[in-house]
Amino acid sequence: MDLNFTAEEQAFREEVRAFLSARLPAEISRKVLGGKRMEKNDFVAWQKILHQQGWGAVAWPTNYGGTGWNPVQQHIFEEECADAGAPMQLPFGLKMVAPVIMAFGNAAQQQRFLPRIIDGTDWWCQGYSEPGSGSDLASLSTRAHRVESADGDHYVVNGQKTWNTLGQYADWIFCLVRTSSEGRQQAGISFLLIDMKTPGITVRPIIMMDGEHEINEVWFEDVRVPTANLIGEENKGWTYAKFLLGHERTGIAGVGRSKRELQKLKELAKQESADGRPLIEDQRFRDRIAQVELELMALEITNLRVISAEGEKQRAPGPEASILKIKGSEIQQMLTELQMQALGHYALPYLPEALDADWKGDPMMPAYADDAASLSGHYFNYRKTSIYGGSNEIQKNIISQMILGL
Amino acid sequence: MNFNYTEEQLALQDTLRRFIAKDYAFEHRRALANSADGFDRAAWKTFADFGILALPFPEDFGGLNGNAVDTMLVMEMLGRGLALEPYVSSVVLCGGMIRDAGSQAQKEALLPAIAGGEMMLALAHHEAGGRYALDRVATTAAANGNGWQLDGAKAVVLGAPSADKFLVSARDGQGLSLFLVDAGAPGLTLRGYPTQDGARAADIKMAGVQVGPDALVGAAGDALASIERGIDYANAALCAEAVGIMSALNEITLEYLKTRKQFGQPIGKFQALQHRMADMVIATEQARSMATLAAVRADSADAAARSRAVAAAKAYVTQSARLVGQQAVQLHGGMGVVDELNVGHYFKRLTMIGLTFGDADYHLGKFSDTLLAA
Ligand SMILES: Cc1cc2nc3c(=O)[nH]c(=O)nc-3n(C[C@H](O)[C@H](O)[C@H](O)COP(=O)(O)OP(=O)(O)OC[C@H]3O[C@@H](n4cnc5c(N)ncnc54)[C@H](O)[C@@H]3O)c2cc1C
Repeated sequence: MDLNFTAEEQAFREEVRAFLSARLPAEISRKVLGGKRMEKNDFVAWQKILHQQGWGAVAWPTNYGGTGWNPVQQHIFEEECADAGAPMQLPFGLKMVAPVIMAFGNAAQQQRFLPRIIDGTDWWCQGYSEPGSGSDLASLSTRAHRVESADGDHYVVNGQKTWNTLGQYADWIFCLVRTSSEGRQQAGISFLLIDMKTPGITVRPIIMMDGEHEINEVWFEDVRVPTANLIGEENKGWTYAKFLLGHERTGIAGVGRSKRELQKLKELAKQESADGRPLIEDQRFRDRIAQVELELMALEITNLRVISAEGEKQRAPGPEASILKIKGSEIQQMLTELQMQALGHYALPYLPEALDADWKGDPMMPAYADDAASLSGHYFNYRKTSIYGGSNEIQKNIISQMILGL
Repeated sequence: MNFNYTEEQLALQDTLRRFIAKDYAFEHRRALANSADGFDRAAWKTFADFGILALPFPEDFGGLNGNAVDTMLVMEMLGRGLALEPYVSSVVLCGGMIRDAGSQAQKEALLPAIAGGEMMLALAHHEAGGRYALDRVATTAAANGNGWQLDGAKAVVLGAPSADKFLVSARDGQGLSLFLVDAGAPGLTLRGYPTQDGARAADIKMAGVQVGPDALVGAAGDALASIERGIDYANAALCAEAVGIMSALNEITLEYLKTRKQFGQPIGKFQALQHRMADMVIATEQARSMATLAAVRADSADAAARSRAVAAAKAYVTQSARLVGQQAVQLHGGMGVVDELNVGHYFKRLTMIGLTFGDADYHLGKFSDTLLAA
């Protein structure tokens, strides 16, 4: 048993740090660290920089341009990126659709899509959930029926997807669609790649309770999708989707980002004064910080244990990922809650303009309230983390069924 | 012991319930939150007609002589309606402080005007850096031939943008004192903004603001006790508002559990969610009990007993509200986090109530400190 990183892992960490300090644009990291509103180009620009370095897809195998890093290296990379204030690499292309294309797509699809994902050209969004099908995804009803025509066979897609994260920027959407209503629900689902510019697609914003536009509805009305965009076999989409869910688990715990936010919480608690002393000297509040830190320490080791087991190929990442999802999301939520609480009176103002990167602050308000103006919004926004990606209730069902056999 | 409301109280409750349902529907409320004032002046007039703006004042000053239990009942209904009107800051808090500490002349000038809906007040007391402690005031009042000159800054003054006058706390030679200041007084600047729950507040700066000899409320140096009493009264009211919101959220969530289907059945069939919903209902009933205790004690002449009960209630209700608010969102899945549905708005208001005039930790600490004295 040894909880220290090896000399090679330490050296790797130094290499990542050196790269980040040289190449991460300051205007981007300022936004991330200050909790400012991110724009499409912040994500894209960073992806392009990573790609130039050969680090565009840390979890991909080398034959597709990935780093081939082992899970511990990937973990170190994510931790250092979070600490430095790098934008999160959005999972939809890199971690969700790409592994499916690699495993089940044909050579033409691999050549067409993968290079444009890794170099930041194409922005992907995930089209799984529907208004009537959230936790019970297999009940989905967006239909695709196959038609033959002179200009090539294609599917005609009708229906509605919802909750599509950052779909307003997307060039492509990967969808689960119903191609058959015979037999089990799961047996009639196909996995389609759809160009967002196709006629008949309408994207409508959904505003979240923090007032921000992060998710969308996507409507399909007689949308023609070439059959060449079908992944694998028709009616086998559920298998591919399940593969995807069990595939990519590093990063799900969000340990790196939570460590950074814990640090921010401590800073806030030093700046806020409570009855003439720094809030951090208030035992009751300090204990709350300590408690969340204990949770995070435990999760960090749990995460490394899962990752190492995966690395040694003892077994595939399995239902224990549910533990990481549940604890990871709870810790993120606790951190946003305590950050909000630390602010005292200044948790109340709603200043969406304060999310602009170039906001100069307000001379009326105490200087530290400027940076804090977004924190209550984050608390409200982060209620999502126990809902999306398989709600925490569904994760507990997975643990009780798959691990415990109940 | 008697936990029943009187006939009059039930009638008032009914009136407010119907008003909220008919004239204060959620979409109307959304439009109000986005309007310049951030609340409904017509509703304020209606509140005057209903008598709720006069509720806590003596009959001699146009009031209805109501007690804190009457206020509780009103607040519970305003909570259900997510009312944006500055009822707590103007009527409960400032009106209550004028009633308890004001001179005869001040009461005559202000209480009937508040009761009639012609005047709004806001308490400018808390300051940045003081957090929730009530005696941390750096604003100064320098006596001069014409009264006092006020200098300082106040943080997140609730209801400030619509206030005609402020009750400003400041330190003079005697200690902490309270002054009435016109919103338009030269030297007073105001930076207004919406709050997370759609209401309005402002940061206020005072530079050489001159007030006359009649501006002093209560005896010089005596303000702390009045402020403590006023804030206790307001916190008791906020507890009732939270209970109103929690009841509404429970009804909405229960309905959702019965109607939202996944896996071929209403999600309310899943025992995990049944237990969660049961926890929410338990928390709300317990919170209702504490809010009732706070209301009954809020009128007590015994300041220590009053403060202790209100601190206990505010700590407890805030903890319950956190559970109910978070779980109402969770059980709605994606629908819980959207702006379109009222659930998120109830949750935001509950959260802000918990952070107003002391958070749960502050009140738990206040209560906990009384154990040393016992
Ligand atoms: C911010 C955000 C971003 C999202 N981004 C995307 C995206 O990009 N692409 C995409 O396809 N989807 C996305 N989603 C959708 C997300 O995956 C769903 O919200 C989630 O699966 C839950 O589905 P639902 O919202 O329909 O809730 P429901 O499934 O209706 O669930 C309601 C409640 O019932 C509980 N519940 C349901 N079934 C059970 C059960 N069997 N046992 C116990 N409890 C149960 C749930 O846990 C929840 O508390 C996003 C959601 C959010 C909030």
